[in-house]
Amino acid sequence: MRVTVRLFARLRDLAGSGEMIRDVDAPATVGSVWQALVTENPALRDYERTMSVAVNADYSKMSAPVNDGDEVAFLPPVSGG
Amino acid sequence: MALVAVTADPLDVEGLTAEITRAGAGDGAVTTFIGLVREQNQGRRVSFLEYEAYEPLAVRALERILDEARETWPTARLGVHHRIGRLQLGEASIIIVAVSPHRADAFAACRYTIERVKQIVPIWKHEHFEGGDVWLEGATADPDDEAARQAAQRIACA
Repeated sequence: MRVTVRLFARLRDLAGSGEMIRDVDAPATVGSVWQALVTENPALRDYERTMSVAVNADYSKMSAPVNDGDEVAFLPPVSGG
Repeated sequence: MALVAVTADPLDVEGLTAEITRAGAGDGAVTTFIGLVREQNQGRRVSFLEYEAYEPLAVRALERILDEARETWPTARLGVHHRIGRLQLGEASIIIVAVSPHRADAFAACRYTIERVKQIVPIWKHEHFEGGDVWLEGATADPDDEAARQAAQRIACA
């Protein structure tokens, strides 16, 4: 199945792109999508303990299931205001 | 004018205030918070900031914060606009307007909102300074972190 991955701020810089399409094996979770990304780009791993995640623009968890067509986002610690 | 916005346009605090106070003969207090791009940050001389947002989630998070504030201060009415894109020194990055019958609730709801923005809204500052640039990283965003929410409430009521 196919998901859209969104990366922001420094995660986007590290990956070289803020939006990418990835094919992942079902059943997938946010965590398994992340592991595939880290395998491609080990520099992202530093964010594993501090980032937040979202599915279809709602906060989610690494253990949450991911379905075909979902948008999965990985968010570094925030600094708005 | 929408009460919640994430926008690349300059912020309009007078317009947002007018929107919230329009039908408010019972209002006795308006508090406003305006966040500005500051020249000095952690010893660096800032040239400009670029703000990036995950816009749909940022809007949802801002709406959630206003819901939380209204639950704690039921008489308060609130609006919050956050700017994104490139901002020069002195420009407003965020405006918060809180209106209520009495000043205590307006001040507290306004303070609570900015504290929560810094905790859970997916917006990032990319600081460009003399000699380099850096992504600023603050809080790990977790809207269900009750301890963080209570910390914001304590600051608001201090």
